[in-house]
Amino acid sequence: MIAARGVSKRYGRYQVLDGLDATIGRGRITALLGANGVGKTTFLKLVLELIRPDRGTICVDGHLLDGTPDYRARIGYMPQIARFPAQMTGRGLLNLLTEAREAPGEPDLTLLDLLDVGHAFDQQVGTLSGGTRQKVNAVLTFAFGPELLVLDEPTAGLDPASARALKKRIRAEREAGHTVLMTSHVLADLEELADDALHLDGGGNSWHGSMEALRIATGESSLEAAVARLGNFPPLRAVA
Amino acid sequence: MTAGLRVARAAFREAVRVRTLVGVVLVLAGGGELFIRFGGGGMTTFLSLLEATLVVVPLVGLVLGTLQVHQGRRLMEVLLAQPIRRHEAFTGLFLASSLPLAVTAGLGVLLPFAWHGLLWGPLAGPVLALAGAATLLTVVTTALAYLIALGVEDRVRAVGLAAALWVVTVVLWDGVVLLVALLGADRAGQVPVLALLALNPVDLTRVLLLQQLDAGEVLGYTGAVLRRMTSATAGRVALSTLLMAWLALPLWSARRMFARKDF
Repeated sequence: MIAARGVSKRYGRYQVLDGLDATIGRGRITALLGANGVGKTTFLKLVLELIRPDRGTICVDGHLLDGTPDYRARIGYMPQIARFPAQMTGRGLLNLLTEAREAPGEPDLTLLDLLDVGHAFDQQVGTLSGGTRQKVNAVLTFAFGPELLVLDEPTAGLDPASARALKKRIRAEREAGHTVLMTSHVLADLEELADDALHLDGGGNSWHGSMEALRIATGESSLEAAVARLGNFPPLRAVA
Repeated sequence: MTAGLRVARAAFREAVRVRTLVGVVLVLAGGGELFIRFGGGGMTTFLSLLEATLVVVPLVGLVLGTLQVHQGRRLMEVLLAQPIRRHEAFTGLFLASSLPLAVTAGLGVLLPFAWHGLLWGPLAGPVLALAGAATLLTVVTTALAYLIALGVEDRVRAVGLAAALWVVTVVLWDGVVLLVALLGADRAGQVPVLALLALNPVDLTRVLLLQQLDAGEVLGYTGAVLRRMTSATAGRVALSTLLMAWLALPLWSARRMFARKDF
């Protein structure tokens, strides 16, 4: 679904990605792992062309990213912290995205009930709590039937019941054959959801394989220990 | 309708706080009311109001524009994650933030003259011209604000830079002009003065407005030099062209910056 080849990105003096190769399988949930500042959000934003690489190429569903925007019609993006302009409402944001997308038909708002956020959808975002804003963020992300979901810390700030409902929805997306690429600091969520892991190790190094392969490669049974090992050791060879 | 216009339409109701717009109208219309009430409704009142408007409007465009861009940062990010071209997203966001401010500024100028029944007298032309100039100058300064806010990541520094630009164009400019004029008081020395006039959209607007009136004594130094060196028509054409350039250049640069920026 996503293929990155030799992707480099530098912010001033910091070379975040340096010749990164990575592949994300279709119809799978891939957990993007790595220490803070290793380029996880940068990678997600590169996939959306919010950031352009200094070198290298990225293909999404066979489309080489070149500035033409149509491929994003199939993507739902959930940014890390939903800091929308305070005076906007969830519905106003939805209208804005609908206009930007020229989306035909009614948006899918089932998450509005599942996350119990219907009452807040017409309130100004600035008056909502962080968790409620995150729910509005989630509703918008899933509203247009995306085939590829790019989720940056989707459960951050959510109460347990809502986090559960959101994870259920993420699993349902996979069942429908859709692809999910996500980061999370809640490793239990990733352990529960992810089929594959893509571990960024700074610069161009990465490890990619199934969660099972990750456990075998590191000899650790918990994801936390496995990630800690990956972070501390020289890059391991991918195991099929 | 293009994607940019559709985005602008959807963002209109949301992009600018109503409270902000009401504040802008209150400041401009309230100021106008005071000037008319205590100065009478004559040309002198109008000239004082003109000066006051040219102080307030750039401040509104520069500072509020910069704040808006920074507050809308995440919105830009989410919008650009949609299947929309960057220049269309820019068109939508810029129209949605600049037009309400611009129309509000124009209204703020017109309202007090309207309710004092002065829009149908000898002042009609000048007042309409001032309202139009306030509208245009808001768009110009909002475009400059976009340039600043897109270029400077830190919100406090960006707003500080916008405020500094306001101080330079509105407050310090006359001093700079005077200094240059003193350094070269002969005819050749007046060319740099005209160059300085071209470099300041607020000064350009002022001189253009005052040239419409028979108000030579308040043209200011740059305006007086311009009047001495060219005919009225040539001066007007030159000023209008320069003002249009001041609209086009920042807009073009901001659009280009927006298209290339990492979000």
